[in-house]
Amino acid sequence: MSDHNYTPQSKVGKWFNDRLPLLTLANHLTDYPTPKNLNYWWTFGGILTFCLITQIVTGLTLAMHYIAHADMAFESVEHIMRDVNYGWLIRYIHANGASMFFLAVYIHIFRSLFYGSYKSPREIIWIIGIIIYLLMMAAAFMGYVLPWGQMSFWGATVITNLFSAIPLVGEGIVTWLWGGYSVDNPTLTRFFTLHYLIPFLILGLVVLHIWALHVPGNNNPVGIDIQKPSKDTVPFHPYIVIKDGFALLMFMIVFAFFVFYTPNILGHADNYIEADPLVTPAHIVPEWYLLPFYAILRSVPDKLLGVIAMLSAILILAALPWLDTSKIRSAVFRPLYRQFYWILVADVLILGYVGAMPAEGLYLLIARVATAYYFLHFLVILPLLGFREKTIPLPLSITDPVLGGSTNFATAKNKEKSVIK
Amino acid sequence: MKVFCKKFTIIFIVLGVFNISNAAEKVDYLKTDWSFKGLFGKFDRGALQRGYQVYTEVCSSCHSMKYLSYRNLAEKGGPEFTEAQAKVIAASFEVKDGPNADGEMFTRPGKLSDKFVMPYDNVKAAQAANGGAYPPDMSVLVKARGGGVDYIYSLLQGYDDPPEGISLDEGVYYNKYMYGNKIKMASPLSDGIVEYSDGTIATVEQMSKDVTTFLMWTAEPHLEARHKMGFKAIVYLIILTVLVYFSMKKIWSRIETEV
Repeated sequence: MSDHNYTPQSKVGKWFNDRLPLLTLANHLTDYPTPKNLNYWWTFGGILTFCLITQIVTGLTLAMHYIAHADMAFESVEHIMRDVNYGWLIRYIHANGASMFFLAVYIHIFRSLFYGSYKSPREIIWIIGIIIYLLMMAAAFMGYVLPWGQMSFWGATVITNLFSAIPLVGEGIVTWLWGGYSVDNPTLTRFFTLHYLIPFLILGLVVLHIWALHVPGNNNPVGIDIQKPSKDTVPFHPYIVIKDGFALLMFMIVFAFFVFYTPNILGHADNYIEADPLVTPAHIVPEWYLLPFYAILRSVPDKLLGVIAMLSAILILAALPWLDTSKIRSAVFRPLYRQFYWILVADVLILGYVGAMPAEGLYLLIARVATAYYFLHFLVILPLLGFREKTIPLPLSITDPVLGGSTNFATAKNKEKSVIK
Repeated sequence: MKVFCKKFTIIFIVLGVFNISNAAEKVDYLKTDWSFKGLFGKFDRGALQRGYQVYTEVCSSCHSMKYLSYRNLAEKGGPEFTEAQAKVIAASFEVKDGPNADGEMFTRPGKLSDKFVMPYDNVKAAQAANGGAYPPDMSVLVKARGGGVDYIYSLLQGYDDPPEGISLDEGVYYNKYMYGNKIKMASPLSDGIVEYSDGTIATVEQMSKDVTTFLMWTAEPHLEARHKMGFKAIVYLIILTVLVYFSMKKIWSRIETEV
């Protein structure tokens, strides 16, 4: 932001801005030079901000009516659904909002993977993003426990029990986490506290995420460094604001459809049965967005190694900027990486699928192969690919994509030609 | 833009297929037309009132309905009994209240603000009276079962003689749609077990449909309001999206590039 020499017009504005440069910040945010070739995969950052704010606002409202007590939590949720004015709407937005949040974050992450947005000089943005993602999973997991249904209770039991895999101190840690000798009221109240806290931590990290983004500026589909500001960029407002707004509205239509017409399809029916420590559900499954990692956990026969594999599957992403040895960012110019990218997408979807299935027979075999491939992709394929791959020559600028290979650039080129004519 | 839409659609189809295949044990439930499904789905008032009758006369002797109050019966979007009718219904139940000024518990006729009277004092009493099985509370039962309304509707009509090779213990019954096929509830409905005041013939099929509709309402009392608001919200969003799309085209036309 050091390149900003902004002076407010009015005297009051100048007086204020000299003491707290909020107006300079606002000016930076509106003028922020953004590559003009960003496609719709880039709109998910804005969509995610919307998701976070929606979750916080609906969450605060729910917390005014929810009672974090093992004997009353389930009933208080039903109270919200029946007697609180528009309680059903707020709760369904919050519950489906979590799923929409993860849908958007997965698209956001896979966009980064495709266009190499994690590479130098954007490693810090990427790592902050991974931390946000981890916190999101923690918040979502704890939030799912709060209605105190059967899946809440047994999901909490399974996940907290993972810590017992830690040698020597494992059992002690689990008791400490539970606040007792089983998942019970102390567990619920602390989960509620943490579920309330984490979104604000995420909010803080999102500020850092955006700050870190505004230092080097956005990556773009061509993946080359661009001059800022230049003919390759547009000011954030109004160009990107209106485009993000349009994409957000499309996203909201899908969101609204879930909330109003199939509000329970993404949840599990068992969570409408009040928690009962004496009855174990037939299948304990996490929410859909955690299934790939659940599959990795179960594909390893040893409990401790399974937990390590699951955590590594997430943490390995933090090392991605160094595991990917290719200097070329965008997969558009990396013909081999592009294919491996789509194989990875398929691999993760398969992991998600088998994660929902019982861990036996063919499903277990598929889960094991898919888990092995997941790590193979990051630990072997990516490092080697950087040295072996013959990449397509990069264009000199995004407005002059004479050497561009994708159809997007071809149409852009045609349009430019027609403008010249 | 087009490429984006295409990819987005593909992802959604893939997710959809996964979702469908995720639905565990595939059972072909009995199908019927539910008036509350679809964009404009509403409850059939008659079915809700008849369903309430089936619930009260049959189910409620074992199954509680603890999250409902008698006032709900007169609320909009429900069976919509008149307030006078709901008061009469409430007053027909004995409610335990107290303690009074002398420290004694007493019973009095129900009021609109009372919760539905429970058939048993506690879970243990319910189990003791039902061969060890606890008849689940019915308030959110439809949402608590994988197949939802189709499952409940089928289960009520799914009683049959056990196929050869399956032996049943005393007090256990065979049901085609029950998970594991063994159920501790005897077939609750038989033709004519209730007498509908509106003249509808009380076949097992009819009663199953009515009571399931009623249970859908008890689980989702604001379903009609939700559908109504959902339609408005989505139409509003679509119009706004179109307007924003054209604004975007206009703004981006200042520079020569593809949006």
